[in-house]
Amino acid sequence: MQVLQSFAIRAGYAVILLVAVLVLNFSMMHLAPGDVADTISQSMGGADQELLDQIRADYGLDQPFYIQLGRYIGGVLQFDLGFSFFYNQPVTELILQRLPATLLLVITAQLLALFIGVIMGVVSARKPNGILSHFVTFLALFGYAAPVFWTGILLLIAFSLKVQWFPVAGMQDVTIEGGFWAHFVDVARHMVLPVITLGSLFLALYSRLARATMMETLGSDFVRTAKAKGLSTNQVVYKHALKNSLSPVITLAGLQFSAVISGAVLVEAVFSWPGLGTLAFQSIIARDTPTILGILFFSALVVIVGNLLTDLALRLVDPRVGGKG
Amino acid sequence: MSLIDPQDTLPPARSPLSEAWEMFRGNTAAMFALIVLGLIMLCAIFGPWIYPTDPFDMVWAPFSPPGVDGFLLGTDYLGRDLLAALIHGSRVSIVIGLAAASVSIVIGVTVGALAGFYRGWVEELLMRITEFFQVLPTLLFSMVIVALFGASLPMITLAIGVVSWTAVARVTRSEFLRIRELEYVMASRASGATNSKLMFRVILPNALPPIIVQAALMVGSAILFEAGLSFLGLTDPNVVSWGQVIGSNRQYILDASYTVTIPGLAIFVTVLCISLVGDGLNDALNPKLRSR
Amino acid sequence: MALLSVKNLRIEIKTRAGVAPVIDDLSFDLEAGESLSFVGESGCGKSMTALALMGLLPEGVGSVAAGSITFDGEELTTATETRLREIRGNDISMIFQEPMTSLNPLYTIGEQIAEVLRAHQNLSRKAAWNQAIELLDAVRIPNAKARVNDYPFQMSGGQRQRVMIAIALACQPKILIADEPTTALDVTVQAQIFDLLQDMRRQTGSSIILITHDMGAVAEMAERMIVMYAGRKAELGPVEDVIAHPRHPYTAGLISCVPHILSTLTEEREELVEVPGIVPALNDFGKDSCLFASRCQQAQAQCLEARPPEIEFGPEHQSACWRAQEL
Repeated sequence: MQVLQSFAIRAGYAVILLVAVLVLNFSMMHLAPGDVADTISQSMGGADQELLDQIRADYGLDQPFYIQLGRYIGGVLQFDLGFSFFYNQPVTELILQRLPATLLLVITAQLLALFIGVIMGVVSARKPNGILSHFVTFLALFGYAAPVFWTGILLLIAFSLKVQWFPVAGMQDVTIEGGFWAHFVDVARHMVLPVITLGSLFLALYSRLARATMMETLGSDFVRTAKAKGLSTNQVVYKHALKNSLSPVITLAGLQFSAVISGAVLVEAVFSWPGLGTLAFQSIIARDTPTILGILFFSALVVIVGNLLTDLALRLVDPRVGGKG
Repeated sequence: MSLIDPQDTLPPARSPLSEAWEMFRGNTAAMFALIVLGLIMLCAIFGPWIYPTDPFDMVWAPFSPPGVDGFLLGTDYLGRDLLAALIHGSRVSIVIGLAAASVSIVIGVTVGALAGFYRGWVEELLMRITEFFQVLPTLLFSMVIVALFGASLPMITLAIGVVSWTAVARVTRSEFLRIRELEYVMASRASGATNSKLMFRVILPNALPPIIVQAALMVGSAILFEAGLSFLGLTDPNVVSWGQVIGSNRQYILDASYTVTIPGLAIFVTVLCISLVGDGLNDALNPKLRSR
Repeated sequence: MALLSVKNLRIEIKTRAGVAPVIDDLSFDLEAGESLSFVGESGCGKSMTALALMGLLPEGVGSVAAGSITFDGEELTTATETRLREIRGNDISMIFQEPMTSLNPLYTIGEQIAEVLRAHQNLSRKAAWNQAIELLDAVRIPNAKARVNDYPFQMSGGQRQRVMIAIALACQPKILIADEPTTALDVTVQAQIFDLLQDMRRQTGSSIILITHDMGAVAEMAERMIVMYAGRKAELGPVEDVIAHPRHPYTAGLISCVPHILSTLTEEREELVEVPGIVPALNDFGKDSCLFASRCQQAQAQCLEARPPEIEFGPEHQSACWRAQEL
């Protein structure tokens, strides 16, 4: 009960955070030189003052700032993020079309990186001078220093151009016919390189931290107790030590959601992945203010939901979090 | 259960700085990285004079491979000299890396120091703000700033610095929280030192080691960040930079993959060296971690 | 035949300076049901002895270099890891100094007790859980039925040490090793834990090896004692004999540190003395001399030239001091 209650407080706080994000984004857009009317008139090849005023009145741009802000936040609360004149579509609809592709990429990469990273950390912690441990060190250096878009292009050159194992771009092949499985395999093949590119970045972080915490945990008093109880090595390592090493890794993963989205923007650009990142890039170039605002809002939403899920996961792993202690 | 008697691990007393330098010098990888970084810096400062070819000039036929036709690194899709682009581009990467890292360190240290020193509602407020900035999707946010307010180098620097200070703030705050409770801080407080003296003359110097390490990593991250922005084309179009070379050539990887791999390698090596130096600093400045 | 017999045990650890014998030529016997105490300053090798008995010397750092440990007629230094696992927690179990960190923070105490029962006694989950409740009750945790679901962070240090005792005694081991079991606890709690250990020993008939630096605890708990100094046995004997007439200057020093062993409150008390100096550095441990000589007021030339032999005083009492006869 107590856990639920403190979780509810966090969720409420997340909503406030989200509104703050909205205010900041909207104010920033307002401060920027030029407005929607200017952009529209440019796309029409110029407009006279009368038409500009007309457009401003239509979009409510002639109102004072706080009224515009209030209207916008009111709209967001009803899931109305405005209308994109560039795509000629409501922004919410536009984003919901693109969001699944990004979520697919981001969640797969995060979960794989977390899962493989923890396993690599555990195995290498048990053999600090083994090959895998050296590989973790190498990967940590490489993962930090290599620009993600460069890694992506290298993989593209190697596995899509030199040997044509994987498709060059996009998320699916429209010419593929067949049932669910045919499409599933097709999307999976398209996903391999983007997921490896994005995932390796975070795999580097997680495996290094998992190794460090695992080594520390293996030397801790309660692991000695577990050994003194006469438990098998597997029980000592996987039941007692591993569970205690999870919390720091999960916490780190929770802090990475914003970085994962940043990475996804670049990875989507490299592999022409039809997700939010690509949409963001296009709308920023086109100065499509409602779409930009909508994307910023949705990515903050993804980060916040990610943080809440992390929080929940931590509570499941560790009874001390959010409990009586 | 202490297995090792402190006596046989205690080194003779020396000044902490020379001891740290001694430690750092013993780290082969970090020393090597420091030398490479020095060379890259020299190239960024003097390179454009020694190799004055304009990176925007079309000097030869496009896609001339490295080493052929007298161009060491070849030419790009517009027949521009890639070596010139690398040399001139190093300036942007390094200047923005250093400047953006400075911005984020100044913001981060200020926020962290105030939060850790004053505690109470100040800490609460500042940490909420930090949390707020952690939620922002950093790259998207910087892209928007650069696109809306103009792609000048100062704006890019600001856009990177403003979104990357949260880690510095957290490190600084936790160091301040730890150090403010130590005896010598209590002693200075008792002897009537002012708050600003306590913060900047007593606590900050002792909090520096982890902040310095974090700062080194910040420079690397900022270089990567700038490379990402310029890869997407969100950069000053009149200044060449490594990421921008990759971005503008990436459609031609089938014809000339070197136009992408080589500038990427430059970024990779630079950031790798920064990170190795950071690791070296971490070991040298943090004796407690040496046994790890 | 003794339940446990340690002969000429030598344990070496690797340091940056080289290999150092943290236990050097240690021999002793432990009878069934007996209580034996190891006394000495920190760093004298008491804990190392305990870990060696459990086969838990830190991997890659410490190892048995020579000597034998025989338990119930079985050699432990050469036993397989599988066999050692069967013995640990079942025949020989151990409680540690730090109750705050010795329990896994992420599992309920019930699970941590039941786990050892499942590992050694083939009990079902349910049976093990019920026995965990009984054990909690036996170590005097009030309201055991409810508290079995608690996590370690919900308990005090004294309660956690009781849980550790419950875990250690769950399988009714033949030997219980208690490594400084009360050092981290409040004084009032210390007495309770010692009482509990005494009671449990009476009930289960386990032998106890108590490792401590507290002479008071020794006098209260043990029948025989071994005084360790710098990895070597300084003195061994029945507790009363040793306290009444220490045959090693170091033992004498340790005893004079404690006020209430020799005198009652009404008597005029001797002045408390500390043992001056510190334990020698690890790289001096292997030297062929008396390692205590640098701190000993009775030291003479001979003490620095050769390691003193163990001199017998009666069948039970030994001391490793060149001048033991004169003391």
